[in-house]
Amino acid sequence: MTSYDIVIVGGGPAGLAAAVAARDAGVESILIIERDKELGGILNQCIHNGFGLHTFKEELTGPEYAYRFEEQVLQRKIEYKLDTMVMDISHDKVVTAMNRTDGMFQIRAGAVILAMGCRERPRGALNIPGYRPAGIYSAGTAQRLVNIEGYMPGKEVVILGSGDIGLIMARRMTLEGAKVKVVAELMPFSGGLKRNIVQCLDDYGIPLKLSHTVVDIEGKERVKAVTIAEVGPDMKPIAGTEVRYTCDTLLLSTGLIPENELSRGCGVEMNPVTSGPFVNERLETSIPGVFACGNVLHVHDLVDFVSEEAARAGANAARYVQEGEGAGEAGEEVRLVATDGARYTVPSTIHVNRMDDLLTVRFRVGAVFKDSYVSVYLDDERVQHMKKRIMAPGEMEQVILQKKQLAARPGLKTVTIKIEAQ
Amino acid sequence: MEKRNLTCIGCPMGCQITVEMDGEKIVSVTGNTCPIGDKYARQEVTKPERTVTSTVVVRGGSGPRVSVKTKGNIPKSMIFQCMEEIDRVRVEAPVRIGDVIVKNVCGTGVDVVATRNID
Repeated sequence: MTSYDIVIVGGGPAGLAAAVAARDAGVESILIIERDKELGGILNQCIHNGFGLHTFKEELTGPEYAYRFEEQVLQRKIEYKLDTMVMDISHDKVVTAMNRTDGMFQIRAGAVILAMGCRERPRGALNIPGYRPAGIYSAGTAQRLVNIEGYMPGKEVVILGSGDIGLIMARRMTLEGAKVKVVAELMPFSGGLKRNIVQCLDDYGIPLKLSHTVVDIEGKERVKAVTIAEVGPDMKPIAGTEVRYTCDTLLLSTGLIPENELSRGCGVEMNPVTSGPFVNERLETSIPGVFACGNVLHVHDLVDFVSEEAARAGANAARYVQEGEGAGEAGEEVRLVATDGARYTVPSTIHVNRMDDLLTVRFRVGAVFKDSYVSVYLDDERVQHMKKRIMAPGEMEQVILQKKQLAARPGLKTVTIKIEAQ
Repeated sequence: MEKRNLTCIGCPMGCQITVEMDGEKIVSVTGNTCPIGDKYARQEVTKPERTVTSTVVVRGGSGPRVSVKTKGNIPKSMIFQCMEEIDRVRVEAPVRIGDVIVKNVCGTGVDVVATRNID
């Protein structure tokens, strides 16, 4: 069986950054496995700009951002296989994959980095009544058709969900000559960035209807009309509020789900809140030597944070193969708890004696909070209390933990992150 | 006196800003809760600009389309004009990131450049 020190599953932004960091940490034998015909992942179809402000201090488009990392992978002569699908990762890190030239093959990996990204929530997961005609696309599928394949999915469009991809596609379809009639959002707030609401909807006079959902889809062969209605606090449609829009296309932008079939098959413990694996301070899953980063771990809103997180996973995987499993006596494990408005944390456990001096913990809030505080408790003692003018579910938050503060408390059991009004 | 209502994009607060205009002159900016909003609103009502991104047909390449962007911002009012000019262009592969696809698009002084490599 072929073997590599590190096998990275996925050649998108997470996989590329992880590979570069692992090589720079001294690991020679690295293989990236990518199922598409090119590296770069979803960034290739995200032709809009706004990427890379944190990493490169300039605004890049998705393909440009991807190429910055692809170039680094090429310069370092890191091996990769395209058009190759990973079918299985075993508990003892044997990766089974297949492609048209090699057929089915197995690779023994010293460490595995999960970097598979996420998938869009499909119509089937939404329980929308009505017919099942052609013309219903996830926003990302439409994005690929327009930006990479060069096809327009339709001329008159209704969009359900105000996630960023839906907003971006509202503008994109408008620029290409389609009429986007309305964006309906089930929640009373948008999951998209403010900038996208202004520059993709307001700029083109596209209405955003909050607390609205699709209640009917008409058309047998092709979408003919979509009816949307207002929903009450119970999220149920309110009778009498229905409005019918004639259209030939319905785009869905209703959320992203980390793509973890392989992780589950491998047996890593999953966090039901993020739908990604539980990881420790090294971004290592419950299986030693299996690491996770990027959208497969938790859905990010900025690719810059994906790259940074993935570089940490890459460096940690390198350390794992160089020092072996016992690297740096793990010692006591501290649990991270998200509560009172904080929905989850990544990582979810910390071994204090092997954490870096500063550890970034990322989390999301479950609702919109204005003039509230992010508090960090070490067991019962509050050690951080930061005022935030606004926090919203669509924007990832972070706190930075200091090793010396945690190490000063032997026997520490939990670090709690919560949102407080005062 | 004309009133313009804007949503600030400076941060997730999304302050609703009202700008009072007397012809071309800004009389007042209200509703913002920090200086970023004031600056944003003044720019938006006097000289709104955007970067435009799209794709252009490539002949003989590894893919049918190459993504492009205006290298800098163009006036917001010229977005659709620029799109028309971009739509008319055809290029031959190979294309490299940064290659000029349309020079001085619609007389804005801004070039349209490729944002990906097509071999």
